[in-house]
Amino acid sequence: MTTITTSATPKHAFKQRLLALVQRQARPYVHPYKAAILLGLVLFGAFFITGNGLGASGGINRLLVVIEDALYPSHVDRTAYLATMAGGESNPLDSWVVFVTIGLVIGGFTSGLVNGRLNITTNRGPHVPVKVRWVMAFIGGAFMGYGARLARGCTSGQALSGGAVLSVGSWAFMLAVFASAYALAYFVRKLWN
Amino acid sequence: MAPFPLALQDILGHWPAYLVYLLIGFAFGYVLEIGGFADSRKLAAQFYFKDLTVLKVMFGAIITAMVLIFLASGLGLLDYNLVYVNPTYLWPGIIGGLIMGVGFIVGGFCPGTSLVSAAVLKLDGIFFAFGVFFGIFLFGETVGTYEEFWNSSYLGRFTLPEWLNLPTGIIVLIVVVMALLMFWGGELLEKKVGKRDLAQEPKWRYRAAAAVIIGAVAVVAIGQPTTADRWTTIEPVEGARLANREVQIHPGELLDKLHDPTLQVIMLDVRSEADYNLFHIRDARHVPPTTLPEIIPALHEKPANMLIVVMSNDETAATEAWKLLRAASVPSAYILEGGINNWLATFSDEEFREMALKTNTTNDTLVYTFPSALGSRYEWAEPNPAHYTLTYTPKVKLEIKRGPGGGGCG
Repeated sequence: MTTITTSATPKHAFKQRLLALVQRQARPYVHPYKAAILLGLVLFGAFFITGNGLGASGGINRLLVVIEDALYPSHVDRTAYLATMAGGESNPLDSWVVFVTIGLVIGGFTSGLVNGRLNITTNRGPHVPVKVRWVMAFIGGAFMGYGARLARGCTSGQALSGGAVLSVGSWAFMLAVFASAYALAYFVRKLWN
Repeated sequence: MAPFPLALQDILGHWPAYLVYLLIGFAFGYVLEIGGFADSRKLAAQFYFKDLTVLKVMFGAIITAMVLIFLASGLGLLDYNLVYVNPTYLWPGIIGGLIMGVGFIVGGFCPGTSLVSAAVLKLDGIFFAFGVFFGIFLFGETVGTYEEFWNSSYLGRFTLPEWLNLPTGIIVLIVVVMALLMFWGGELLEKKVGKRDLAQEPKWRYRAAAAVIIGAVAVVAIGQPTTADRWTTIEPVEGARLANREVQIHPGELLDKLHDPTLQVIMLDVRSEADYNLFHIRDARHVPPTTLPEIIPALHEKPANMLIVVMSNDETAATEAWKLLRAASVPSAYILEGGINNWLATFSDEEFREMALKTNTTNDTLVYTFPSALGSRYEWAEPNPAHYTLTYTPKVKLEIKRGPGGGGCG
């Protein structure tokens, strides 16, 4: 900051700037390779500083367990898989992945705000009605969520993080995700083309 | 020892340490958004060869991070032993991956990108995120019925260099070259199927490709530190602890620690199988020195209240095993002072010792004869602490665990 411009009505100026921020023109996405290098640096930074990679589905899992534990604590205590996260006195939020997940949402929102991409809309294939897209998104999400927990990690926690540190299981997982999606792509082409 | 990763919870405190993770998450979400990952159409286009952004960003990020991680490890800045490597559960991973592929092409996101999409108010992202919640809920309710499969084909911390039996640097270079070839093929597909003009693509991408290849070649040239290298690095400190006898604990201290309910004591008996069968302390694990490296990843996964005590007949073999553990960054490891011979001298009855004492024995061999191989069924294998009044200088200090807080996506 070299110069500081003083405004006679700072409150008004602030409002103007806020409006300009939300209504601004959407900027184009950065080049894929640039995004790749930036994401690689974030991933490296995570491993270098903390020893952990990135993750998302684990965080969603734990946030869900908070709700389940509030509604039905005895059920959580009796189900082995849930009890490891929230059984008895253990706090399901006491895990690094929860904070990565919360940060992920805030970071995505901030970028959307700053780059003018914060708008309510539904992205879909050109010939797909909005409601069909919503239903398909929900179904796809359910498959994703189920598979991610079965595989002990999602695209970020397994493929990206495990891939970078050369885990055999993560590479096998990654190939399975792409193989399955490519094999099915032809049959659902109407959804996207 | 390599200074990274940091013991965050020790430096910042338990909950404040999570602030670092919040910032990492923030950067992660921000980068995903500017890369276009909030738009399901861009993600799905990957599978119709029109726009290979997903492939480029994912593998580009993997090779960037991989080269930096193994450079840092090769230079002794980062301790790879303390970096979380997703444990391999081969078949659950593959089946889960196949199911996720279905979700990817039908729903157009993965869990992380759907959250970013929801954050920028894309309704399909919000619906997908709710779907993820529902899928995870279903998993929690149903995994109990096939838990055996979910825990099957477990190979632990298993890496590509170990699988292919090649140096880490070579694997890094192969992965980089494969990724770059894939990008090249991807660009050709984008030109053909997606009608993209490659002349518009920036020239700096060649320099970036060259940089990552140079990085990978540097990883090959530098290599990864071997156990011997790592011991050389830590010798000034750890060697002094050995010489000052700060890590050799009295049998009485071990006995007390075994009865301390706040600790998880892991005893590693590195003697020959014959000696182990003749006599060993109750609950001690027989680990021949050659197989010791294999159990190190499992030791890293133990909770912070873990205490490791290695033992041989005297101290020679135990000291070598201890050096190996320390070189592999295993915290809170100690040696049983005087080994099993000293344990027997402390806890067995005098009558037995007079009768069983061998004459002329060599270093690190059992000095007592045992008529039969009863293992841990001797009463001295599990002495009652109430029967002994022993004085010793306590030496055990639990070290703070560094590195991953357990579980990649967990």
